[in-house]
Amino acid sequence: MTPRRLGYDGVVLAAPVTVPYERFSTRSAHWFLGRAMRALVESSGLEKQAIDGLCVTSMSLAPDTAIGMVEHLGFQPRWLDNVTFGGASGMIALRRAARAVQVGDAEIVACVAGDTNQTDSFRRGTAAFSQFGQDAVYPYGSGGPNASVALLTDNYMRTYGAELADFGRICVAQRANALGNPQALFSKPLTLEQYLKSPLIADPIRLYDCVMPCAGAEAFLVMREETARAEGLPFARLVGAIERHNAFPDDPVQDRGGWIVDREELFAQAGVTPEAVDFVQAYDDYPVIVFLQIEDLGFCGKGEAKDFLAGHDLTTTGSFPINTSGGQLSVGQAGGAGGFLGIVESIRQLTGQTVGTPVPDAKIGLVSGFGMINYDRGLSTGAALLAA
Amino acid sequence: MTTSTLGSLAALVADLAEGNVEVVDLTQTLAPDMPRISLPPEFGQAAPFRMEEISRYDERGASWYWNNFSCGEHTGTHFDAPIHWVSGRNLPDNTTDTIPPRSFVGPACVINCSLEAEQDPDFLLTVDFVTDWEATYGRIPPRAWVLMRTDWGKRTDPAEFQNYDEAGQHSPGPNPDCVRFLIEERDVLGFGTETIGTDAGQAAHLRPPYPCHFYMHGANRYGLQCLTNLDRLPPQGAVLICPPLKIRKGSGSPLRVLALAPRT
Amino acid sequence: MTMDQRPHRNPALPPRRPTTPPILRSRFALGLTAAAASGRFALQECLDCGAIQYPPREACHCCLSDRLEWRPRDGAGTLLAVTCVRKPYETYFRERAPWRTGIVRLDCGVSVVAYLHGRCAEPPARVRVRACLDRAGRAVLAALPDKDVTDMTDDPLMREFSNSPKGRHVLVTDGTSEIGQAMAIAAAEAGAETVWVGASERWKAAPGFEALSTIPQVTLLPLDVTDTQSVDTLAGQIGGKVDILFNTAEFHRTHSALSRRGVETARVEMEVNYFGLLRLAQAFGPAMSARAAEVPTNAVAWVNVLSVFALANYPSQGTFSASKAAALSLAQCLRAEFRPAGLRVLNVFPGPVDEAWNQTELPPKIAPRRLAADVVRALEDGLEDLFPDPVARDWYERWRADPKVLELELTA
Repeated sequence: MTPRRLGYDGVVLAAPVTVPYERFSTRSAHWFLGRAMRALVESSGLEKQAIDGLCVTSMSLAPDTAIGMVEHLGFQPRWLDNVTFGGASGMIALRRAARAVQVGDAEIVACVAGDTNQTDSFRRGTAAFSQFGQDAVYPYGSGGPNASVALLTDNYMRTYGAELADFGRICVAQRANALGNPQALFSKPLTLEQYLKSPLIADPIRLYDCVMPCAGAEAFLVMREETARAEGLPFARLVGAIERHNAFPDDPVQDRGGWIVDREELFAQAGVTPEAVDFVQAYDDYPVIVFLQIEDLGFCGKGEAKDFLAGHDLTTTGSFPINTSGGQLSVGQAGGAGGFLGIVESIRQLTGQTVGTPVPDAKIGLVSGFGMINYDRGLSTGAALLAA
Repeated sequence: MTTSTLGSLAALVADLAEGNVEVVDLTQTLAPDMPRISLPPEFGQAAPFRMEEISRYDERGASWYWNNFSCGEHTGTHFDAPIHWVSGRNLPDNTTDTIPPRSFVGPACVINCSLEAEQDPDFLLTVDFVTDWEATYGRIPPRAWVLMRTDWGKRTDPAEFQNYDEAGQHSPGPNPDCVRFLIEERDVLGFGTETIGTDAGQAAHLRPPYPCHFYMHGANRYGLQCLTNLDRLPPQGAVLICPPLKIRKGSGSPLRVLALAPRT
Repeated sequence: MTMDQRPHRNPALPPRRPTTPPILRSRFALGLTAAAASGRFALQECLDCGAIQYPPREACHCCLSDRLEWRPRDGAGTLLAVTCVRKPYETYFRERAPWRTGIVRLDCGVSVVAYLHGRCAEPPARVRVRACLDRAGRAVLAALPDKDVTDMTDDPLMREFSNSPKGRHVLVTDGTSEIGQAMAIAAAEAGAETVWVGASERWKAAPGFEALSTIPQVTLLPLDVTDTQSVDTLAGQIGGKVDILFNTAEFHRTHSALSRRGVETARVEMEVNYFGLLRLAQAFGPAMSARAAEVPTNAVAWVNVLSVFALANYPSQGTFSASKAAALSLAQCLRAEFRPAGLRVLNVFPGPVDEAWNQTELPPKIAPRRLAADVVRALEDGLEDLFPDPVARDWYERWRADPKVLELELTA
């Protein structure tokens, strides 16, 4: 029996910040990261140099990495990490930062994710995303995740009998959630009929199944609870966190993620069950991925997400609130910040700092990440439980 | 030099200036599609004329146009030196650089065989034909060029010029006795034709094979091939000018062949 | 020449410029293309544990061995998921969207993303995967129906991978040889719209050459590849129309370095076999590149009839081998320069061909008609290298195994 790993006792998250999203930007990723750091300092009231740990996520920072940002922004951290795991970056950054403050390698770690979006940057990004992608996916014209996830979706629908409307319900509910969020790029309601009539992008995926790439940044601080109290910062506690990479490599087509392997431990760390979760911030680059998370994190059995979700109101004030800020499907996907969106929104919900509609009496939130379609499937999964 | 010699050259210059003496170009234009001698494939082959541009007012040379050309010594209108044939290989002054220059200028006797060649492409010039011609136009003087007119030079289609079939080429030339007659009885400087060789197309089957080459060069005499415009020369009275390129140990060379002919 | 009866391009519209799919691959992935270039589908197999690898990699995903070897596979598998890509990013794909791709689970245990032939059934369906060269000359996988795979070119997607003479204007550079005549006949039989056949020194009346003109599509034209002016003249006449160029011009003698005094015969070999290719490339290549996306027919391919002796010198035909090696090297350069336009260079490496200059070679010798038929099929299959006969394949395998050992065998 493997020894249980150390819990995340005493680790908290604070200072949720968002640099407003733009569809396209002439600014560089450096600008968005700089604005996010400034917002962290201003909203926390901390001295700039009190931030002694930095974890940077950006997909458009090349040729720079975290170390380049340290000099660019004038920090002298004693702990530094560069985390680029796509949609799993937020989970992984959080876990790294939590361990750093837990053992005292750093006092206050800023986790920051920001990306720019220029007119051709998405194509260029997908062309060189990974070696396997360049060798075995991009030459098929299916550059970027659209076609890859379309194949997963096709397989999932064939295997479990899900229909487009099942996916559409998520998109429609999240759009409703977004209407309360002034930072969302989509600000008009979406009906299921509109969803079903939206243009096909890669069958069966339609336009409203896809996130809109944009520019923006998300950031938060990780510290020990006593530090937050001493600085007078509202905080959310980290009560459980997992990650897993390249789970189930022998599955012919991906229809499950690494969450299954670790979910038991996730809830055990927090000492709760899925029923105790008040809201879920699921990684929603496509609705089918939300299905996988709902199933693989234990809210329902494999293939049952359509029925489970159909049985709930998914809006912020509903019975099973999902992506309460609107999620990436309505807010936009600001590159690596997409994997931070759910964490930042969870901190807001759990600390009473919501920009949009609050989840009533939220005590426990689950955040999940998914990323790195390196070849034909997403390799990295992660999840965290946060508590008020 | 005598005064009269000077006077005759001056007269020539005056005749040229006044057009009394015409300069006739007996040369085919050197071009890649100019027919060339083609031996059975096991033999070495004369290279055809080829021209490659060096520059043409472009990035290879902004203000000038020029070419490299390549060809065999026996390509186009060309001169045969005695060393060309095995029978002449040990003779003195037998190469293009050592032949005495005076051999390049001499009287031209033009024997018209065009009717016979048209009727029979394998026509062979005989001693009788030559002596009959002499009966009409006068005896061939010593050290003269004998030119066999066949109007072959008017065949602009390469296929007609080559006149090939499964047996090879069919084109006129002299017979062995005729060649010996011209050398031994008339002391000619050389023999010239409009066809691709001084010998007939089927001369490989004569005894000896290629008699004009064999006897002419064996007697340190010369050959000219691929001439044209022979119909513009009188049977007697023209002067031939045919200096080959001064190639060291050359067996022949393409050249410009001119004739001075009284205006008709 | 009569007027081309098919629809003509509207001359008022801008020309359609050639685009190509992504060309970048890792070095270790190029083994897939190397095999596909000669029509084989191969995957890496671990020599230590036997695991099949895909996508290509540097270490075994099971036992971490670096002893991975490309080995032929039959490509049998099951189609599991399908999508139809409608909004791609790259221009090449945008011009061709939509098309279908899918995930195929090969029986050997790996999942591959592949293009789908239009007649593949809905998942789960049995399919056969093969590796094709795309317009960038890089291998992509295509799933074909398990049974009754007939004409690859009846599918619009598969047509992208094919360089069939059907409906195209082709030039055979020398029709005086048996190979050239067989090539002209095969191109006409494969449905070429026009077959121009060149000949140098037509007065030589090569047997069989004039008879070509009885084929309706055939037009005989003067062309001497040793003569730049001749090549340029012909390019001026038809260079803007040639879709496939079959370079059959060849000067073949059987001499070693010492058996033929002097360089003149070897020089002619180079003039025809090497410089001839260079002259043709300079005269016809740019216009063909520019027309790689032309409608209704586009330039697609350039065929070089080389020799397997280009790979390693066959001493009894030593200078001929050298000239073919030079031509091969130049063909590789041409291939690189044609890449941006998507033009395929098909190099053909026959062993001894059954023709007069190979009289003393022992059988097997490939018949010119058979060679021509194989070339047409290689074009239809989109190949880049063709080793058409047993001798050629034997040499190629030895050469691949160890060029030095092959040299030692040949110089014994």
